[in-house]
Amino acid sequence: MSETPHKDADKRREITEASLKQLGNLIYEQIQNREFPWIMMQSRSTDNIIYDPELRQYILGSRTTRRHARNIRHIRPFTQMVWTAWFARELVSMRKTSTLREVYYSARGQQDIEFSGQPESDNIIIDLEVALNRPREDFGIFPEERSAIFGDLTIEYTVPGYEGRRMNLTDHPDGVMVGPAVTSSEFVETSADKVLVIEKGAMFNRLIEEKAHERFNAILVHTAGQSPRSTRKIIRRLNQQWGLPIYIFTDGDPWGIHIAMVIISGSANAAHLRDLATPEAKWIGVWGTDIIDYKLPTENLTEHDSKRLRELKTDPRYTGEIWQREIDIFMKIGKKAELEAFSRYGLTYIVDEYLPAKLESV
Amino acid sequence: MSPSDFFYRNREIAGFSNPSRAIYAAVRELLENSLDACEAQKALPEIYLRITEVSASEPGANVYIMRISDNGTGLPPEEIPNCFGKVFYGSKYTLKQARGTFGLGGTITILYGQITTHKPVTITSSTGGEIHEYEMMIDIQNNRPLILRHRVMENKKKWRGTVVELQMEGDYSRIKSRLLDYLKETAIVNPYADLTFVDPAGRLYRYERGTEKMPPLPKAVKPHPHGIDVENFRRLVSVTKEKSMKAFMMEHFQGIGQKTADNFLKAAGISRRAKPKSLKPEDIVTLVRTARQFSDFKRPDPSCLSPIGEELLETGIRKELNLTEEDFLKVVTRKPSTYLGFPFIVEAAVATGSSISKQYKSGTTIIRYANRIPLLFDESSGVIWKVINKNINWSTYKVYSDTPLVVVVHVCSTKIPYKTVGKEYMADQPEVEREITNAIRTAARSLRIFISRSQRAAKERRRLDIFEKFLPKIAEFSTKLSDKEDYPDIEPLLRAVSTAIPDVEEKIKEVTTIVGDAA
Repeated sequence: MSETPHKDADKRREITEASLKQLGNLIYEQIQNREFPWIMMQSRSTDNIIYDPELRQYILGSRTTRRHARNIRHIRPFTQMVWTAWFARELVSMRKTSTLREVYYSARGQQDIEFSGQPESDNIIIDLEVALNRPREDFGIFPEERSAIFGDLTIEYTVPGYEGRRMNLTDHPDGVMVGPAVTSSEFVETSADKVLVIEKGAMFNRLIEEKAHERFNAILVHTAGQSPRSTRKIIRRLNQQWGLPIYIFTDGDPWGIHIAMVIISGSANAAHLRDLATPEAKWIGVWGTDIIDYKLPTENLTEHDSKRLRELKTDPRYTGEIWQREIDIFMKIGKKAELEAFSRYGLTYIVDEYLPAKLESV
Repeated sequence: MSPSDFFYRNREIAGFSNPSRAIYAAVRELLENSLDACEAQKALPEIYLRITEVSASEPGANVYIMRISDNGTGLPPEEIPNCFGKVFYGSKYTLKQARGTFGLGGTITILYGQITTHKPVTITSSTGGEIHEYEMMIDIQNNRPLILRHRVMENKKKWRGTVVELQMEGDYSRIKSRLLDYLKETAIVNPYADLTFVDPAGRLYRYERGTEKMPPLPKAVKPHPHGIDVENFRRLVSVTKEKSMKAFMMEHFQGIGQKTADNFLKAAGISRRAKPKSLKPEDIVTLVRTARQFSDFKRPDPSCLSPIGEELLETGIRKELNLTEEDFLKVVTRKPSTYLGFPFIVEAAVATGSSISKQYKSGTTIIRYANRIPLLFDESSGVIWKVINKNINWSTYKVYSDTPLVVVVHVCSTKIPYKTVGKEYMADQPEVEREITNAIRTAARSLRIFISRSQRAAKERRRLDIFEKFLPKIAEFSTKLSDKEDYPDIEPLLRAVSTAIPDVEEKIKEVTTIVGDAA
């Protein structure tokens, strides 16, 4: 990272804008040449999503697909993509950000382009990402944020009006929301030597209250369930930039396991994107083993849970020893436990006993 | 009991079962009488019908004056009283297709008018000479006309035709829509007729002539031995002048020559030299039964039939359903066929299109005719309904429950296989049913082609609409996206989709990709 972070951000914006304009040029010239406009992009169909063991994440295969305005089934999504590209360029050139939801609503009133629902507009945005090989955050389009970050990390903003301003993430005791401003900021310095990623807000707040960031010298990240891309990207940056080890702490059930895995290996949905996964990150609990070792209060696995566990068992991302072992244990005991289960030993038990033991063991 | 008395007591049989049906039955009898009278002299029918309300007599039943005039043959003055004032058995020894439901002309209507209002009927008629006007009633018990007044007038304009004016009780309001259906359907099968109707509210309904062509008149033919019954056989015997059974068979039946007469009489066990007049009743029964099973007779002669014909039926349907060039209509007239010794011909038509959906509720509308008379009641009991709803798999012809469809079926025969005395629907005689099915299927095959063509055209239209909708947007936003000044010209592309230029297909095979920078 360079000395003047906002210059980097400016450059990145310029490149994004240029590639959007290039898309416009291409389509414009195709029409001028009496050709139905079309673009090639990597296919996002399931048979073209491949697990790359080396990158340790899903990637798109070599198959390409042509989105063609000559095709009666393609012309509407094609038009929507051109509109979305234009909308993105407006955002980028005006240095504004928007949300997925806003994109969906902005198309309202654009006769014939209107999306039938947010899933449709989300999908078109992914198409644009694939076509231009850039994440939507570059276009200024972000998801609705709910995840947060806390700890001794100084960031420098690059968003308009805040360029160059710095902030320490301990300044706000509720944690700082991971929005466009945090996402696009540069990380200046930290005293932390690790990152603790927590699935649930209640546990995140407990850790702040118990000063876990000081006791463990850690940056705390709250994912609020399945972590949004921007949060995954921040986790990766913390890992890449300063080599901070990442420890993920989720509910002890197949859904919690998978939250950890998506941070580590990425999702099939984002197979077209790089730099989101953090292969070095470690899932430290709640394990099936913990349920036994700590005699945690449990609930029985539902049929749905068991089915999900069987799916994970054969998923290529789960070939590692620890995953296979813990999945087997969950299946064997037929139980699951939430993070809150540790409360049976008192509210501070998790910070006083469990986490230190866990962190020591890995 | 006189025939008049019989009908007086059994008027439901003739359709006069309640005040509203009485209006319908009266119009039908009088109008069909008039049409027959016109056709008999090959005059293009011009018929005027008026129903005027006189007074209310009891709730639901008013008194109306019904007046109908035609330009038909007119009646010889001496026959007028008997024609209208006496219910009589005709001495028909030949067969031909005729409209009259009961062969009673308007007499039953006059009878009904008389018994409900006790008012006389006025009949004015001329065959081209003087005009005779009779005011008369029917002596029901003695079955004879009672002439109240007879007036003779000069006929300077050489008018020819008949006017009947009578009073009757009825309920117009409840039959109004059926009556209008009836007139419209009558106009369909008589496209050469000009009909005018003035209803009790003074509204004028016009059914204008669509052609000056008239179908050929049916010829009278001798009965076919398969179709004869004991009573008719007996009557033939009583009037014959022939001296031997062989001559009798050859003279009074169609399609019987020397050889067939000999073989038939042999099969019946009756001597060919036997005298017809000396046949015993059981001999007649034997002859009739043998005739029914004897298989060597020629097929019944269809020249006694008068189908409307494809051209005239098409004219009638087009004008009354207001079909345009965009709509589909196919008319099929089948070849003659027979059932139980009676010849018959089936005609069918199938129509669809936006004009149909404007005037009928969605789905299939059935219009039925027997001997050119519209059948309006008890639709779902008849064989035509059965064929359309049970025998024919409409999806074969791309017709679905919401397809606007009109199916017209006309069966003409010397004897329509009515199921009941009400004569509103036909029984499912297998031969008749098969012919109706075949006629509709033939028409429906053309319908299928029309429907697939219009579906293809509509699909093409929708395709083009989609391109016309989205290409301008692509042009607009690619212009904005690339900071260009003017929108690119999309006309060549729109032309390409409407004509599907092959080289456009060629061009798109060349491949380019958008290369994002590798940041």
